[in-house]
Amino acid sequence: MRLIAENLGGERGGEAVFSGIGFALETGQALVVTGPNGSGKSTLLRVVAALLPKAAGRLLLEGGGDEFPSIASACHYLGHQNAMKTALSVAENLRFWREFHGEGRLGVEEALETVGLGGIGHLPFGYLSTGQRRRAAIAKLLVSHRPLWLLDEPTAGLDKASEGRFARLMSGHCAEGGMIVAATHLPLGLEGARELQMRVGH
Amino acid sequence: MWSLLARDIRLNIRAGGGALTGVIFFLAVIATIPFGVGPDLKLLARIGPAILWIGALLACLLGLDRLFQADREDGALDLLVLGHDRHMLALTVLVKCVAHWAGSVLPLVVAAPLLGLFMNMEPVAIGATALTLLVGTPAITFIGAVGAAVAVALPRGGLLISVLVLPLTIPVLIFGVSASYGATANPDPFLQPFLILAALTLFLAVLGPVAAALALRHGTD
Repeated sequence: MRLIAENLGGERGGEAVFSGIGFALETGQALVVTGPNGSGKSTLLRVVAALLPKAAGRLLLEGGGDEFPSIASACHYLGHQNAMKTALSVAENLRFWREFHGEGRLGVEEALETVGLGGIGHLPFGYLSTGQRRRAAIAKLLVSHRPLWLLDEPTAGLDKASEGRFARLMSGHCAEGGMIVAATHLPLGLEGARELQMRVGH
Repeated sequence: MWSLLARDIRLNIRAGGGALTGVIFFLAVIATIPFGVGPDLKLLARIGPAILWIGALLACLLGLDRLFQADREDGALDLLVLGHDRHMLALTVLVKCVAHWAGSVLPLVVAAPLLGLFMNMEPVAIGATALTLLVGTPAITFIGAVGAAVAVALPRGGLLISVLVLPLTIPVLIFGVSASYGATANPDPFLQPFLILAALTLFLAVLGPVAAALALRHGTD
């Protein structure tokens, strides 16, 4: 599977945020997008996920087959918000996304164990701390399978131990033939990841 | 899709849902009318079906702004839009509308017969009004979904949605009220306006979600 972006441009409210971005990502590779505030990291991720229309350029996913015909169908998008309901329990939230997105390799309980939240699935999501909420949102990536992970500041609010655990999860995902595009300020601890430096007004 | 229906109904029922707010608003509107109109029982019985319909229509509009906004605020809307290859977005919207109707509007239909007593309505008129509300209110939700999708990005979109949606719901109101009157006033027909009301609901069940899905696809930022 190959994700290709050529000469990509993005805009917000009619203002060009970035232009001329290009990269090609093969199966098992990760791309870390860095740059100062306002350089268009989040916009780039939303353009790749087709949540925003692209202003210029080409984006395509090769070799997705029938199961993943488009980038939108092949990706997990983890944005700034966690997409979980505070009134429902953690397990109810994850069970919903598992049923909506399709079953993955891990069940809800196993996924919570993997991110270090074992035994708290019955608590309402609103009771969790910021870091725990982020970890529950990361568990959402595990309960259903998608080859491409689009991560926007995935480690915001995580402690050191959780960061390490998440780095191992990402390496495992790449080793199983996944792809990752992550926008971040913090080092993710991903070995062998390529870097895309974005500049303001690029 | 069943999981989305179950989740939305559960969210509606749990704390923070709009089910009770709508019923209390409906009660407040209907309870005020006899004080304003005066104790003329014949007049109250005559305007009863129309007042029940107007009250239910306004109560329906009350909770519409939360239909997509709650999902937008916590980021779930992005994921629902992204899933359009597996679950057609119009179908997702339809399921959300059905859940919203079952959670917030169905309680109004259930409360309507009781409030009909406030208006000194006959049992037949109460039954007919409840039946037309049951058949007609889904149409209001489907029209409202379009307004809610267009105004999803506005922080205080509630009033705007009501103003956008209200003119479009007038046909539903007209046929709902005329069917309710048809059940009691003898020369007026019941079946024809009732069937047109049912047709409106079915037609809008297709058009509303498709239009709302289109607005949501182009409204993400």
